[in-house]
Amino acid sequence: MKSKEAVIIGGGVIGCAIAYELAKRGMSDITVVEQSYLASGATGRCGAGVRQQWGLESNILLSKYSCQALEQMNEALDYDDDIEFKQGGYLLLAYGDQQWEQFLKNVELQHKHGVMSEIKTPEQAKEIVPHLNITGLKGATFHQKDGHANPFKVTDAYYQAAKRLGVEFLTFTEVKDIVISAGKVTKVVTTKGDIATKRVINAAGGWSNIVANMVGIDLPIHSERHQILVTEPVKPMQGPMVMSFHHSIYCQQTPHGSFIMGLGDPVNEPRGLNIDNTWQFMQEMSEIITNLLPPLRNLRVVRQWAGLYNVTPDAAPILGSVPGVEGFYLAVGFSGHGFMIAPMTAQLMAEHILGIETTLPISIYDLERYKRGELIREPNVV
Amino acid sequence: MNEKKPAIVCRCSDVTLEQIRDLIRKGYTSIDEIKRITRAGMGPCQGKTCGPIIEREIAQITGSKIESLAQHRQRGPIKGIKLGTLAAGGDHKHEE
Repeated sequence: MKSKEAVIIGGGVIGCAIAYELAKRGMSDITVVEQSYLASGATGRCGAGVRQQWGLESNILLSKYSCQALEQMNEALDYDDDIEFKQGGYLLLAYGDQQWEQFLKNVELQHKHGVMSEIKTPEQAKEIVPHLNITGLKGATFHQKDGHANPFKVTDAYYQAAKRLGVEFLTFTEVKDIVISAGKVTKVVTTKGDIATKRVINAAGGWSNIVANMVGIDLPIHSERHQILVTEPVKPMQGPMVMSFHHSIYCQQTPHGSFIMGLGDPVNEPRGLNIDNTWQFMQEMSEIITNLLPPLRNLRVVRQWAGLYNVTPDAAPILGSVPGVEGFYLAVGFSGHGFMIAPMTAQLMAEHILGIETTLPISIYDLERYKRGELIREPNVV
Repeated sequence: MNEKKPAIVCRCSDVTLEQIRDLIRKGYTSIDEIKRITRAGMGPCQGKTCGPIIEREIAQITGSKIESLAQHRQRGPIKGIKLGTLAAGGDHKHEE
Protein backbone atom coordinates (compact mmCIF):
# COMPACT_ATOMS: atom_id res chain seq x y z
CA MET A 1 0.00 0.00 0.00
CA LYS A 2 1.35 3.40 -0.88
CA SER A 3 1.77 6.01 1.80
CA LYS A 4 1.20 9.77 1.48
CA GLU A 5 1.66 12.84 3.65
CA ALA A 6 -1.75 14.11 2.64
CA VAL A 7 -4.70 13.02 0.54
CA ILE A 8 -6.93 15.74 -0.84
CA ILE A 9 -10.42 14.64 -1.86
CA GLY A 10 -11.76 16.76 -4.70
CA GLY A 11 -10.02 18.05 -7.82
CA GLY A 12 -11.82 21.36 -8.07
CA VAL A 13 -10.10 24.69 -7.72
CA ILE A 14 -10.02 24.38 -3.92
CA GLY A 15 -8.42 20.92 -3.90
CA CYS A 16 -5.89 21.74 -6.61
CA ALA A 17 -4.97 25.06 -4.99
CA ILE A 18 -4.51 23.46 -1.55
CA ALA A 19 -2.28 20.80 -3.14
CA TYR A 20 -0.15 23.51 -4.70
CA GLU A 21 0.06 25.64 -1.53
CA LEU A 22 1.08 22.61 0.56
CA ALA A 23 3.70 21.47 -1.96
CA LYS A 24 5.04 25.01 -2.28
CA ARG A 25 5.60 25.07 1.49
CA GLY A 26 7.66 21.89 1.31
CA MET A 27 5.20 19.07 1.83
CA SER A 28 6.03 16.11 -0.39
CA ASP A 29 3.91 13.08 -1.24
CA ILE A 30 0.51 14.64 -1.77
CA THR A 31 -2.27 12.94 -3.72
CA VAL A 32 -5.39 14.61 -5.08
CA VAL A 33 -8.24 12.17 -5.67
CA GLU A 34 -10.97 13.28 -8.07
CA GLN A 35 -13.97 11.14 -8.98
CA SER A 36 -14.18 12.58 -12.51
CA TYR A 37 -11.87 15.05 -14.28
CA LEU A 38 -10.43 18.22 -12.72
CA ALA A 39 -12.93 21.09 -12.31
CA SER A 40 -15.76 18.72 -13.28
CA GLY A 41 -17.90 19.84 -10.32
CA ALA A 42 -18.88 23.26 -9.07
CA THR A 43 -15.64 24.96 -10.17
CA GLY A 44 -16.16 24.28 -13.84
CA ARG A 45 -19.88 25.09 -13.65
CA CYS A 46 -19.68 28.39 -11.82
CA GLY A 47 -20.37 31.91 -13.06
CA ALA A 48 -16.64 32.72 -13.14
CA GLY A 49 -17.08 36.00 -11.29
CA VAL A 50 -14.57 37.48 -8.88
CA ARG A 51 -15.68 40.26 -6.55
CA GLN A 52 -14.43 42.03 -3.46
CA GLN A 53 -17.63 43.93 -2.68
CA TRP A 54 -18.71 42.09 0.42
CA GLY A 55 -20.38 43.19 3.64
CA LEU A 56 -18.09 41.51 6.18
CA GLU A 57 -14.45 42.17 6.96
CA SER A 58 -13.59 38.47 6.68
CA ASN A 59 -15.08 38.11 3.20
CA ILE A 60 -13.63 41.42 2.00
CA LEU A 61 -10.10 40.39 3.01
CA LEU A 62 -10.40 36.83 1.73
CA SER A 63 -11.58 38.03 -1.67
CA LYS A 64 -9.18 40.97 -1.81
CA TYR A 65 -6.11 38.79 -1.31
CA SER A 66 -7.52 36.19 -3.70
CA CYS A 67 -8.03 38.86 -6.33
CA GLN A 68 -4.44 40.01 -5.91
CA ALA A 69 -3.32 36.40 -6.40
CA LEU A 70 -5.35 36.17 -9.62
CA GLU A 71 -3.70 39.35 -10.91
CA GLN A 72 -0.30 37.65 -10.63
CA MET A 73 -1.35 34.07 -11.27
CA ASN A 74 -0.04 33.46 -14.80
CA GLU A 75 3.46 34.44 -13.65
CA ALA A 76 3.32 33.09 -10.09
CA LEU A 77 2.27 29.63 -11.26
CA ASP A 78 4.41 29.86 -14.41
CA TYR A 79 1.32 28.96 -16.44
CA ASP A 80 1.92 28.30 -20.13
CA ASP A 81 -1.66 29.32 -20.97
CA ASP A 82 -3.75 32.25 -19.65
CA ILE A 83 -6.26 32.32 -16.79
CA GLU A 84 -8.17 35.06 -18.69
CA PHE A 85 -8.45 37.44 -15.77
CA LYS A 86 -10.47 40.48 -16.80
CA GLN A 87 -11.04 43.27 -14.30
CA GLY A 88 -14.11 44.82 -15.84
CA GLY A 89 -15.64 45.45 -12.44
CA TYR A 90 -18.84 44.44 -10.68
CA LEU A 91 -21.86 46.70 -10.74
CA LEU A 92 -24.12 45.81 -7.81
CA LEU A 93 -27.66 47.12 -8.15
CA ALA A 94 -29.68 48.30 -5.16
CA TYR A 95 -33.48 48.41 -5.08
CA GLY A 96 -35.32 49.91 -2.13
CA ASP A 97 -34.10 51.99 0.80
CA GLN A 98 -33.17 49.08 3.01
CA GLN A 99 -30.85 47.51 0.44
CA TRP A 100 -29.36 50.87 -0.39
CA GLU A 101 -28.52 51.61 3.24
CA GLN A 102 -26.85 48.21 3.52
CA PHE A 103 -24.83 48.94 0.36
CA LEU A 104 -23.62 52.24 1.81
CA LYS A 105 -22.51 50.48 4.99
CA ASN A 106 -20.74 47.83 2.91
CA VAL A 107 -18.87 50.47 0.92
CA GLU A 108 -17.69 52.13 4.12
CA LEU A 109 -16.35 48.81 5.38
CA GLN A 110 -14.79 47.99 2.00
CA HIS A 111 -12.97 51.33 1.99
CA LYS A 112 -11.64 50.64 5.46
CA HIS A 113 -9.96 47.54 4.03
CA GLY A 114 -8.65 49.17 0.89
CA VAL A 115 -11.34 47.94 -1.50
CA MET A 116 -12.13 51.22 -3.21
CA SER A 117 -15.66 50.59 -4.42
CA GLU A 118 -17.64 53.58 -5.72
CA ILE A 119 -21.18 54.74 -4.99
CA LYS A 120 -23.18 55.44 -8.17
CA THR A 121 -26.50 57.08 -8.90
CA PRO A 122 -28.75 55.24 -11.39
CA GLU A 123 -27.60 57.69 -14.09
CA GLN A 124 -23.94 57.03 -13.30
CA ALA A 125 -24.63 53.28 -13.34
CA LYS A 126 -26.04 53.75 -16.83
CA GLU A 127 -22.81 55.46 -17.90
CA ILE A 128 -20.94 52.30 -16.91
CA VAL A 129 -23.45 49.94 -18.54
CA PRO A 130 -25.30 52.03 -21.16
CA HIS A 131 -27.84 49.32 -21.94
CA LEU A 132 -28.93 49.00 -18.28
CA ASN A 133 -32.62 49.59 -17.61
CA ILE A 134 -32.58 51.82 -14.51
CA THR A 135 -36.33 51.79 -13.84
CA GLY A 136 -36.85 51.47 -10.10
CA LEU A 137 -33.12 51.45 -9.41
CA LYS A 138 -32.17 53.19 -6.17
CA GLY A 139 -28.44 53.25 -6.78
CA ALA A 140 -25.46 51.02 -7.40
CA THR A 141 -21.95 50.33 -6.24
CA PHE A 142 -19.08 49.65 -8.59
CA HIS A 143 -15.59 48.28 -8.11
CA GLN A 144 -13.32 48.22 -11.12
CA LYS A 145 -10.93 45.56 -9.80
CA ASP A 146 -13.65 42.91 -9.57
CA GLY A 147 -14.22 40.82 -12.65
CA HIS A 148 -13.86 37.44 -14.32
CA ALA A 149 -11.39 34.58 -14.49
CA ASN A 150 -11.62 31.30 -16.38
CA PRO A 151 -12.28 28.57 -13.77
CA PHE A 152 -10.97 25.74 -15.96
CA LYS A 153 -7.74 27.59 -16.59
CA VAL A 154 -7.24 28.67 -12.97
CA THR A 155 -7.68 25.04 -11.89
CA ASP A 156 -5.40 23.89 -14.70
CA ALA A 157 -2.75 26.43 -13.66
CA TYR A 158 -2.80 25.13 -10.06
CA TYR A 159 -2.81 21.53 -11.31
CA GLN A 160 0.19 22.01 -13.57
CA ALA A 161 2.17 23.93 -10.93
CA ALA A 162 1.35 21.31 -8.28
CA LYS A 163 2.28 18.49 -10.63
CA ARG A 164 5.68 20.08 -11.27
CA LEU A 165 6.19 20.09 -7.48
CA GLY A 166 5.53 16.34 -7.39
CA VAL A 167 1.83 16.20 -6.46
CA GLU A 168 0.08 13.08 -7.71
CA PHE A 169 -3.36 13.47 -9.31
CA LEU A 170 -5.70 10.48 -9.47
CA THR A 171 -8.59 11.47 -11.70
CA PHE A 172 -11.59 9.23 -12.45
CA THR A 173 -10.94 7.73 -9.02
CA GLU A 174 -13.56 7.56 -6.32
CA VAL A 175 -13.01 7.58 -2.57
CA LYS A 176 -15.00 4.72 -1.06
CA ASP A 177 -14.03 5.04 2.60
CA ILE A 178 -11.75 6.73 5.10
CA VAL A 179 -10.37 4.56 7.86
CA ILE A 180 -10.00 5.96 11.39
CA SER A 181 -7.99 4.36 14.15
CA ALA A 182 -7.94 5.68 17.73
CA GLY A 183 -9.47 8.95 16.61
CA LYS A 184 -6.90 9.50 13.86
CA VAL A 185 -7.14 9.26 10.09
CA THR A 186 -5.04 6.32 8.85
CA LYS A 187 -6.14 5.31 5.38
CA VAL A 188 -8.16 6.33 2.33
CA VAL A 189 -9.83 3.55 0.34
CA THR A 190 -10.24 4.39 -3.35
CA THR A 191 -11.36 2.59 -6.48
CA LYS A 192 -7.68 2.53 -7.48
CA GLY A 193 -6.30 1.10 -4.26
CA ASP A 194 -5.71 2.12 -0.66
CA ILE A 195 -3.53 5.03 0.43
CA ALA A 196 -2.08 5.17 3.94
CA THR A 197 -2.06 8.74 5.24
CA LYS A 198 -2.29 10.81 8.40
CA ARG A 199 -4.02 13.73 6.73
CA VAL A 200 -7.18 13.89 4.65
CA ILE A 201 -8.53 17.16 3.29
CA ASN A 202 -12.19 17.21 2.35
CA ALA A 203 -12.51 19.54 -0.65
CA ALA A 204 -15.31 17.57 -2.26
CA GLY A 205 -17.68 20.48 -2.97
CA GLY A 206 -21.19 19.17 -3.59
CA TRP A 207 -20.14 15.77 -2.24
CA SER A 208 -18.54 17.14 0.94
CA ASN A 209 -21.03 15.64 3.36
CA ILE A 210 -20.75 12.20 1.76
CA VAL A 211 -17.01 12.37 2.48
CA ALA A 212 -17.56 13.75 6.00
CA ASN A 213 -19.97 10.89 6.72
CA MET A 214 -17.09 8.47 6.04
CA VAL A 215 -15.43 9.67 9.25
CA GLY A 216 -18.70 9.74 11.16
CA ILE A 217 -19.40 13.46 10.91
CA ASP A 218 -22.62 14.96 9.64
CA LEU A 219 -22.03 18.52 8.44
CA PRO A 220 -24.73 21.22 8.70
CA ILE A 221 -24.60 21.44 4.92
CA HIS A 222 -26.67 20.67 1.88
CA SER A 223 -26.08 20.71 -1.87
CA GLU A 224 -28.43 22.63 -4.08
CA ARG A 225 -28.69 22.97 -7.84
CA HIS A 226 -28.10 26.36 -9.46
CA GLN A 227 -28.62 26.94 -13.16
CA ILE A 228 -26.78 29.08 -15.63
CA LEU A 229 -26.62 29.74 -19.37
CA VAL A 230 -24.23 31.09 -21.98
CA THR A 231 -24.86 32.97 -25.21
CA GLU A 232 -23.00 33.13 -28.48
CA PRO A 233 -19.95 35.45 -28.35
CA VAL A 234 -20.36 39.06 -29.48
CA LYS A 235 -18.14 42.14 -29.56
CA PRO A 236 -17.32 43.66 -26.15
CA MET A 237 -20.34 45.67 -24.99
CA GLN A 238 -20.48 45.17 -21.21
CA GLY A 239 -17.48 45.79 -18.97
CA PRO A 240 -18.71 44.75 -15.53
CA MET A 241 -20.61 41.87 -14.06
CA VAL A 242 -24.10 43.18 -13.37
CA MET A 243 -25.52 41.73 -10.21
CA SER A 244 -28.89 42.29 -8.58
CA PHE A 245 -29.78 40.78 -5.23
CA HIS A 246 -33.31 42.03 -5.77
CA HIS A 247 -33.70 39.90 -8.92
CA SER A 248 -31.31 37.24 -7.61
CA ILE A 249 -29.34 37.34 -10.86
CA TYR A 250 -25.85 37.96 -12.20
CA CYS A 251 -24.79 38.53 -15.79
CA GLN A 252 -21.44 39.27 -17.34
CA GLN A 253 -19.68 39.24 -20.66
CA THR A 254 -16.58 37.05 -20.65
CA PRO A 255 -13.34 38.15 -22.36
CA HIS A 256 -14.25 35.59 -25.04
CA GLY A 257 -17.39 37.62 -25.84
CA SER A 258 -20.12 35.29 -24.63
CA PHE A 259 -22.55 36.37 -21.90
CA ILE A 260 -22.88 34.14 -18.84
CA MET A 261 -25.87 34.58 -16.57
CA GLY A 262 -27.39 32.77 -13.65
CA LEU A 263 -30.25 32.92 -11.25
CA GLY A 264 -30.59 32.04 -7.58
CA ASP A 265 -33.83 30.20 -6.90
CA PRO A 266 -33.43 28.24 -3.66
CA VAL A 267 -37.18 27.85 -3.21
CA ASN A 268 -37.64 25.80 -6.37
CA GLU A 269 -34.21 24.25 -6.83
CA PRO A 270 -33.91 20.67 -5.65
CA ARG A 271 -31.51 19.71 -2.91
CA GLY A 272 -29.16 16.83 -3.58
CA LEU A 273 -26.92 16.01 -6.49
CA ASN A 274 -29.33 16.67 -9.37
CA ILE A 275 -27.68 18.88 -12.02
CA ASP A 276 -30.19 18.46 -14.83
CA ASN A 277 -31.31 21.66 -16.54
CA THR A 278 -34.89 22.93 -16.83
CA TRP A 279 -36.83 25.01 -19.33
CA GLN A 280 -38.35 26.96 -16.44
CA PHE A 281 -34.92 28.41 -15.72
CA MET A 282 -34.46 29.45 -19.36
CA GLN A 283 -37.79 31.23 -19.38
CA GLU A 284 -37.36 32.98 -16.03
CA MET A 285 -33.76 33.99 -16.74
CA SER A 286 -34.61 35.38 -20.18
CA GLU A 287 -37.61 37.33 -18.83
CA ILE A 288 -35.55 39.03 -16.13
CA ILE A 289 -32.47 39.72 -18.21
CA THR A 290 -34.28 41.11 -21.27
CA ASN A 291 -36.02 43.53 -18.92
CA LEU A 292 -32.87 44.55 -17.06
CA LEU A 293 -30.45 44.55 -20.03
CA PRO A 294 -32.82 44.88 -23.02
CA PRO A 295 -30.37 44.60 -25.97
CA LEU A 296 -29.44 41.12 -24.80
CA ARG A 297 -32.75 39.94 -26.27
CA ASN A 298 -30.95 39.60 -29.59
CA LEU A 299 -28.31 37.19 -28.27
CA ARG A 300 -28.73 33.49 -28.86
CA VAL A 301 -28.41 31.08 -25.96
CA VAL A 302 -26.11 28.23 -27.00
CA ARG A 303 -26.12 26.20 -23.81
CA GLN A 304 -27.61 25.92 -20.37
CA TRP A 305 -26.21 23.82 -17.56
CA ALA A 306 -26.24 23.50 -13.80
CA GLY A 307 -23.93 22.92 -10.88
CA LEU A 308 -24.08 22.47 -7.15
CA TYR A 309 -23.85 25.06 -4.42
CA ASN A 310 -22.63 23.44 -1.23
CA VAL A 311 -24.56 25.54 1.24
CA THR A 312 -23.98 26.13 4.97
CA PRO A 313 -26.43 27.77 7.42
CA ASP A 314 -24.59 31.12 7.14
CA ALA A 315 -23.54 30.87 3.47
CA ALA A 316 -19.88 30.94 4.52
CA PRO A 317 -17.38 28.10 4.13
CA ILE A 318 -16.32 25.68 6.84
CA LEU A 319 -12.53 25.62 7.06
CA GLY A 320 -10.05 23.88 9.32
CA SER A 321 -9.79 20.90 11.63
CA VAL A 322 -12.53 18.80 13.14
CA PRO A 323 -12.62 17.98 16.86
CA GLY A 324 -12.38 14.26 17.52
CA VAL A 325 -10.94 13.25 14.13
CA GLU A 326 -7.25 14.04 14.07
CA GLY A 327 -5.87 14.63 10.61
CA PHE A 328 -9.24 15.37 8.98
CA TYR A 329 -9.60 18.85 7.52
CA LEU A 330 -12.52 20.65 5.93
CA ALA A 331 -12.54 23.11 3.05
CA VAL A 332 -16.22 22.87 2.21
CA GLY A 333 -19.53 24.73 2.10
CA PHE A 334 -18.50 27.62 -0.14
CA SER A 335 -22.18 28.35 -0.80
CA GLY A 336 -21.71 29.54 -4.37
CA HIS A 337 -18.63 31.74 -4.02
CA GLY A 338 -15.72 29.34 -3.64
CA PHE A 339 -14.00 30.04 -6.93
CA MET A 340 -13.34 33.72 -6.23
CA ILE A 341 -11.84 33.10 -2.79
CA ALA A 342 -9.96 29.91 -3.69
CA PRO A 343 -6.41 31.35 -3.84
CA MET A 344 -6.41 32.83 -0.33
CA THR A 345 -8.52 30.02 1.15
CA ALA A 346 -6.01 27.46 -0.12
CA GLN A 347 -3.15 29.44 1.38
CA LEU A 348 -4.88 29.60 4.77
CA MET A 349 -5.67 25.88 4.65
CA ALA A 350 -2.04 25.02 3.84
CA GLU A 351 -0.78 27.24 6.66
CA HIS A 352 -3.28 25.71 9.09
CA ILE A 353 -2.44 22.12 8.09
CA LEU A 354 1.29 22.76 8.44
CA GLY A 355 0.85 24.45 11.81
CA ILE A 356 2.09 27.81 10.57
CA GLU A 357 0.38 30.99 11.77
CA THR A 358 -2.33 31.76 9.24
CA THR A 359 -2.15 35.03 7.28
CA LEU A 360 -5.79 35.75 8.12
CA PRO A 361 -7.72 34.30 11.07
CA ILE A 362 -9.18 30.94 10.06
CA SER A 363 -10.87 30.03 13.35
CA ILE A 364 -13.97 32.10 12.56
CA TYR A 365 -14.68 29.56 9.78
CA ASP A 366 -14.45 26.46 11.96
CA LEU A 367 -17.20 23.87 12.20
CA GLU A 368 -17.81 24.56 15.89
CA ARG A 369 -19.10 28.07 15.20
CA TYR A 370 -22.58 26.65 14.65
CA LYS A 371 -22.55 25.15 18.14
CA ARG A 372 -21.23 28.40 19.59
CA GLY A 373 -23.86 30.33 17.69
CA GLU A 374 -21.20 32.53 16.08
CA LEU A 375 -22.55 32.57 12.57
CA ILE A 376 -20.99 34.63 9.80
CA ARG A 377 -23.80 36.85 8.58
CA GLU A 378 -22.91 38.10 5.15
CA PRO A 379 -25.56 40.50 3.81
CA ASN A 380 -24.27 40.42 0.23
CA VAL A 381 -25.05 37.00 -1.25
CA VAL A 382 -27.22 35.74 -4.09
CA MET B 1 8.76 25.81 -47.15
CA ASN B 2 6.41 22.90 -47.15
CA GLU B 3 4.29 24.09 -44.26
CA LYS B 4 0.86 22.55 -44.11
CA LYS B 5 -2.11 24.73 -43.36
CA PRO B 6 -3.49 24.00 -39.89
CA ALA B 7 -6.53 21.75 -39.94
CA ILE B 8 -9.38 23.32 -37.99
CA VAL B 9 -11.28 20.73 -35.97
CA CYS B 10 -13.69 23.03 -34.13
CA ARG B 11 -14.96 25.70 -36.50
CA CYS B 12 -16.94 27.51 -33.81
CA SER B 13 -13.91 28.15 -31.62
CA ASP B 14 -11.04 27.83 -34.13
CA VAL B 15 -9.33 24.86 -32.53
CA THR B 16 -6.77 23.00 -34.62
CA LEU B 17 -6.07 19.30 -34.92
CA GLU B 18 -2.55 19.93 -33.62
CA GLN B 19 -3.88 21.57 -30.42
CA ILE B 20 -6.18 18.59 -29.84
CA ARG B 21 -3.38 16.06 -30.41
CA ASP B 22 -1.00 18.00 -28.14
CA LEU B 23 -3.51 17.98 -25.30
CA ILE B 24 -4.28 14.26 -25.68
CA ARG B 25 -0.55 13.52 -25.52
CA LYS B 26 -0.29 15.68 -22.38
CA GLY B 27 -2.93 13.53 -20.70
CA TYR B 28 -6.16 15.41 -21.37
CA THR B 29 -7.79 12.25 -22.66
CA SER B 30 -11.51 12.92 -22.41
CA ILE B 31 -13.67 15.11 -24.58
CA ASP B 32 -14.84 17.02 -21.47
CA GLU B 33 -11.29 17.97 -20.48
CA ILE B 34 -10.32 19.02 -24.00
CA LYS B 35 -13.50 21.05 -24.32
CA ARG B 36 -12.81 22.97 -21.12
CA ILE B 37 -9.24 23.84 -22.02
CA THR B 38 -9.73 24.72 -25.70
CA ARG B 39 -13.45 25.68 -25.97
CA ALA B 40 -13.81 23.03 -28.69
CA GLY B 41 -17.49 22.14 -28.59
CA MET B 42 -18.57 25.24 -26.69
CA GLY B 43 -19.75 27.20 -29.73
CA PRO B 44 -23.08 27.41 -31.52
CA CYS B 45 -22.90 23.81 -32.80
CA GLN B 46 -22.12 22.45 -29.30
CA GLY B 47 -19.67 19.82 -30.53
CA LYS B 48 -21.88 18.37 -33.22
CA THR B 49 -19.05 18.84 -35.74
CA CYS B 50 -15.86 18.52 -33.69
CA GLY B 51 -17.11 15.96 -31.17
CA PRO B 52 -16.74 12.85 -33.36
CA ILE B 53 -13.36 14.05 -34.69
CA ILE B 54 -11.99 14.60 -31.19
CA GLU B 55 -13.33 11.24 -30.05
CA ARG B 56 -11.57 9.55 -32.95
CA GLU B 57 -8.29 11.29 -32.08
CA ILE B 58 -8.57 10.28 -28.41
CA ALA B 59 -9.28 6.68 -29.39
CA GLN B 60 -6.34 6.54 -31.83
CA ILE B 61 -3.77 8.15 -29.55
CA THR B 62 -4.78 6.35 -26.34
CA GLY B 63 -5.47 3.03 -28.06
CA SER B 64 -9.05 2.88 -26.76
CA LYS B 65 -12.25 1.99 -28.54
CA ILE B 66 -14.46 4.98 -29.37
CA GLU B 67 -17.46 3.27 -27.80
CA SER B 68 -15.61 3.01 -24.48
CA LEU B 69 -14.94 6.78 -24.24
CA ALA B 70 -16.91 9.03 -21.91
CA GLN B 71 -19.36 11.16 -23.88
CA HIS B 72 -19.81 14.86 -23.26
CA ARG B 73 -23.24 15.78 -22.01
CA GLN B 74 -25.82 17.12 -24.42
CA ARG B 75 -27.76 20.05 -22.98
CA GLY B 76 -30.39 22.38 -24.34
CA PRO B 77 -31.13 24.27 -26.44
CA ILE B 78 -30.72 22.02 -29.49
CA LYS B 79 -29.96 25.12 -31.55
CA GLY B 80 -29.34 28.72 -30.53
CA ILE B 81 -32.46 30.61 -29.42
CA LYS B 82 -32.58 34.36 -28.82
CA LEU B 83 -33.14 35.45 -25.22
CA GLY B 84 -35.96 37.65 -26.53
CA THR B 85 -37.68 34.67 -28.11
CA LEU B 86 -37.42 32.72 -24.88
CA ALA B 87 -38.72 35.69 -22.87
CA ALA B 88 -41.70 35.97 -25.22
CA GLY B 89 -42.55 32.34 -24.60
CA GLY B 90 -41.24 31.20 -27.98
CA ASP B 91 -42.83 34.02 -29.97
CA HIS B 92 -40.43 35.24 -32.71
CA LYS B 93 -42.50 38.32 -33.65
CA HIS B 94 -40.63 40.61 -31.27
CA GLU B 95 -37.38 40.13 -33.23
CA GLU B 96 -35.97 43.13 -34.98
